[in-house]
Amino acid sequence: MAMNQDMIGFAYPASDPYLVTPEAIRTFADAIGDDNPIYRDVEVAVSFGHTNVCAPPTFPIVVTMAAMEKSFHDPKLGMDFTRVVHSDQRFEYQRPIAVGDELVVTTIVEDIKALGNNNMATFRTEVSSGGELVVTGWSKLVVRGDDA
Amino acid sequence: MSIAPELSTIAVGDELAQITLSFTRADLIAYAYASGDMNPIHRDEETAKAVGLPDVIAHGMLTMGRAIQVVTDWVGDPTQVVDYSVRMTRPVVVPDTEEGVLVTFTGKVAEVNDDHTVRVDLTATFEGQTVLGQARATVRFAK
Repeated sequence: MAMNQDMIGFAYPASDPYLVTPEAIRTFADAIGDDNPIYRDVEVAVSFGHTNVCAPPTFPIVVTMAAMEKSFHDPKLGMDFTRVVHSDQRFEYQRPIAVGDELVVTTIVEDIKALGNNNMATFRTEVSSGGELVVTGWSKLVVRGDDA
Repeated sequence: MSIAPELSTIAVGDELAQITLSFTRADLIAYAYASGDMNPIHRDEETAKAVGLPDVIAHGMLTMGRAIQVVTDWVGDPTQVVDYSVRMTRPVVVPDTEEGVLVTFTGKVAEVNDDHTVRVDLTATFEGQTVLGQARATVRFAK
């Protein structure tokens, strides 16, 4: 199934706000096996100049993947989401994500390319809190075509 | 946490302390819950094999999340990372054993820039082969 290249540039409506809690950050840090105290201890985070406990660099995937997955189901996009492989990921950080942030994600279809039997789709995810851009993500996905 | 390095002491070619981390099935389940990525290829052998994989594989994002620890252990404050990107080139295949498998992560300083940033190139190696490509982080230092 070819994806619809007319969708390049399309921005999906912003996601519902996601409140960043100490538990969510600690659970994520535990899951990646990183014991850095800035993810857990307010006093340590403040001693490094932060207002609260901060999130690990790949934490934004929690909200960006959920936001992207909603767009995968858009019939206009023509994406077979059962055959998706995540091939590239980038994050550009404007400021750290911290406890108390209310993250809202706008997902933009940045690029779609057909490559043989496959489609390559790049989604840009702009994550903001209180109207201020916090981090931008780029996720490149390969949608495998039918095995011919 | 180590003592944060001073920018003036950092040079291209500097190697960061490498780390080796185990990946077990239990780690994959914990990451699935923490990240919300509940794809069954990360916990169910039958599903993984049905889509052509040799066995259950780790989430590429778990490997990405662990690789950056080479950098965050080095600088102490993980929020100094201002840009981070990887290509997921091969899966980390995780058997159903208590000890799981080991992945080794390294980092090397590739650029020291005039804007007080440093680029670190990262590698992740599993069973003698790299599983991440073009893995790089930009780290900002105080002026």
